[in-house]
Amino acid sequence: MSEPLSFELSRPGLPGPRLPPAGVSDPAGDHDLPPHLRRRQAPELPRLSEPEIMRHYSRLASLNYSISENFYPLGSCTMKYNPVANEAAAQLPGFAYLHPYQDEATTQGALELMFELERALCAVVGVDRVTLQPAAGAHGEWTALRMIQAYHLARGEQRDQVLVPDSAHGTNPASAALCGFQVVEVKSGADGRISVADLESKLNQRVAALMLTNPNTLGLFEKEILEVAEMVHATGAKLYYDGANLNALMGICRPGDMGFDAVHMNLHKTFTTPHGGGGPGAGPVGVKKDLEPFLPRPTVEKRNGHYQLDYDRPSSIGRVRSFFGNFGMLVRAYTYILAMGGDGLAQASEDAVLAANYLRGRLEGVLDLPHEGPCMHEFVASARNLNQHGIKALDVAKGLLERGYYAPTIYFPLIVPEAVMVEPTETESKATLDAFADTVREVAELARTDPQRLHAEPVSLPVGRLDEVAAARRPVLRWRPASEAPPEGS
Amino acid sequence: MLEALDAGSFEELLRDVPGSLRLRELDLAAGLSELETMARVGRLAARNRVFDDRLTFRGGGVYRRFIPAAVGAVLSKPEFYTAYTPYQPEASQGTLQAIYEFQTLIAELTAMDVANASLYDGATAVAEAAMMAVVQTGRQEVLVAPFLHPEYLEVLRCYGDGRGFRIRQGSQPSAETAALVFQNPDFLGLIADGAQLTRSAHEAGALAVACVDPISLALLAPPGEYDADIAVGEGQQLGLTPSYGGPHVGFIACRQDLVRRLPGRLIGEAHDDRGRRGFVLTLTAREQHIRREKATSNICTNHSLCALAASVYLTYMGPEGLHQIADVSYRRAHALAGEMAKLPGVELLHPERPFLNEFPVRMKNVLHRLQALEEQGILGGLPLRRWYPQLEDVAVFCCTELNDPAALARLLDALEKSA
Repeated sequence: MSEPLSFELSRPGLPGPRLPPAGVSDPAGDHDLPPHLRRRQAPELPRLSEPEIMRHYSRLASLNYSISENFYPLGSCTMKYNPVANEAAAQLPGFAYLHPYQDEATTQGALELMFELERALCAVVGVDRVTLQPAAGAHGEWTALRMIQAYHLARGEQRDQVLVPDSAHGTNPASAALCGFQVVEVKSGADGRISVADLESKLNQRVAALMLTNPNTLGLFEKEILEVAEMVHATGAKLYYDGANLNALMGICRPGDMGFDAVHMNLHKTFTTPHGGGGPGAGPVGVKKDLEPFLPRPTVEKRNGHYQLDYDRPSSIGRVRSFFGNFGMLVRAYTYILAMGGDGLAQASEDAVLAANYLRGRLEGVLDLPHEGPCMHEFVASARNLNQHGIKALDVAKGLLERGYYAPTIYFPLIVPEAVMVEPTETESKATLDAFADTVREVAELARTDPQRLHAEPVSLPVGRLDEVAAARRPVLRWRPASEAPPEGS
Repeated sequence: MLEALDAGSFEELLRDVPGSLRLRELDLAAGLSELETMARVGRLAARNRVFDDRLTFRGGGVYRRFIPAAVGAVLSKPEFYTAYTPYQPEASQGTLQAIYEFQTLIAELTAMDVANASLYDGATAVAEAAMMAVVQTGRQEVLVAPFLHPEYLEVLRCYGDGRGFRIRQGSQPSAETAALVFQNPDFLGLIADGAQLTRSAHEAGALAVACVDPISLALLAPPGEYDADIAVGEGQQLGLTPSYGGPHVGFIACRQDLVRRLPGRLIGEAHDDRGRRGFVLTLTAREQHIRREKATSNICTNHSLCALAASVYLTYMGPEGLHQIADVSYRRAHALAGEMAKLPGVELLHPERPFLNEFPVRMKNVLHRLQALEEQGILGGLPLRRWYPQLEDVAVFCCTELNDPAALARLLDALEKSA
């Protein structure tokens, strides 16, 4: 079951689609463009008819696994159901066809939506202001660090280090490095939480911020968060909240109340905007009062009943992307928040925590559970108990794919060997969780009885295990016409 | 579920959360039915004024273009829009192959060797390219040619301020210049001589970064034909609605020898043990989840679904369709410019310079006249005073295949009456 590339399906003689002629009297066309500015060789785009195009993409779609089809327990990614009303809202012509450079008087509905979404997000995470501009979680992390950097500089302090726990998402150290910070790792203790002693030894006047996820990537609540916040603030540093795991906390507690100064949120995780096969998402950032002057511009303000874009923000870090962020995703998230309300969001987080603990319980004795529970919205198991049979986390993942499930996140966080990270989310029923747990048990059983078979899986998917090592050694990153030899090197 | 846990109560599961942090309730209104939700959201949408696409003459980085129905039909397939980053390739071949096709389409369009799986937008694509050049050359200055989109420049500054490289505006690279960044056509719509700018960058040992309009490349020399090192741009015109500025899609393409400096996801061809072809995330040793602080960029989630839209669009158009779109836009813009220049109090800002489908016009009382156009249901050109005080009486008008001859006549008529 494979599908040729669109380029391979292309029919050389096929004319292009019917499009209207220019219909104007200027006869020059592109012929008065100076020759040296013109394209010499036409791009090699495929030529397909509409039915061929629709079938091509329908067949490609059938090769994908998606949350609309089944359970997607990908830890740290919060793959919850994406309500279809969100899509309908974003496609309303009043949103979809609005030009970003229209006069504010003609975009009051969009500005009101942004204003109200900001208020709602402030309420959920406990901050004073939110910028909606960042396009994704990592972009939000970087935006928050840029604000913290600007804050310290404005106070005449040159702080050049950022502390990141060893259990953190890879984007944390990468975002810090992108701001020119030196990354210093803080160790986790035996209980899977940040080591307060190690943190203490690394806090000093050079530290600009500690980046923390709570619950952390092991799904454990950082019990000593109030002490950690006090220690960080005592040295003048800021506390940054990685919002990847916010789905555990809505209505239960708020990062702002824990002492976090800057908080990013993934609208594509917690607030159900679809993941799109790898974006677009949106990564708004909330801040407390003292970071507010540094927010990206423009902000949305309400004055005399009118909504306005405020560009006059002299201490702003500037812009982090063009226009006003991924507005279409903001519409979806706002629609979700309206439908859920405060009570619904709280229920969602409670259900997410309950589902994770239930599933964790069901997997006891099947996989190793290296940290004591209860967990919050996700948990990290380990496949090391199967290593004696020659079975790794990767094999468990492939065995689950074979049996109709997407695999949990594997080999992350890095501090757990053979990690299998599971996040069920609140939108799954007990029956779904039971069926999944039974399947994990079946795979673990197979590890003992027939590891060879497991090594060979998946066998019934469109492709078997692909040789990623060979793919990286001699990368082929594009199709080329048969007439063109690939270039040497790389 | 709770019974199975022997936790006693749900509260027991939250025992690690300090009591002082527990929230009684969220300060938000109660939830609504779908009916009420959609009515509320619908009212907000209705408070925005959307101009007829035929009567929209404003671009500045976001354009009204014809979107074939095939694009929406593919994008609304939940197998695409509700999947995530293809970490498990065996269950993600649809997304992986679609992105591989996107990489090829962008490489073909720009005439570069390789393209990545997408970035957030044109602005961050410029910033990522600049950072590639800074690392590649070890130099700390990025030179920006005149009339790069002002918001792209602002974003570039924000990245530069953080990372510690300087931004200088001008056209003369020095021995400290890592990259010369230029937009083609520029923010005013005027065509730059990409070959000449690239030569001057290379003579100074700097990289040439061309920020290009993808539809323009059906007519204009693509960056690969004049040896630019990195090509970036905004792909909104390839099948995406304006959506008040996003989500759209950034693209980045480069020479083969820069591939390991590229940010973000790259999809490569691979084979399984039965020799079947498939596609995987590859060269991941550049990326944050492997390399952490040593990664080429922090980007993780990109704009995959928007890249899919661009792929469907380009496949629908094919080389002839794309050329036709660009050509019709070009002809109508030139017809319009010619007629506008005849109106009293209206003149082309640079009649001597070539343009494609967007052009700057100087006119008296520009804001007043644009207001008068709006009263006639016409979204006129983009006034430049917000960014360039010296061009306070200039607006950039844009034409696409949607602005039919009758719409051009209506604009000209309304402009004449607004004098």
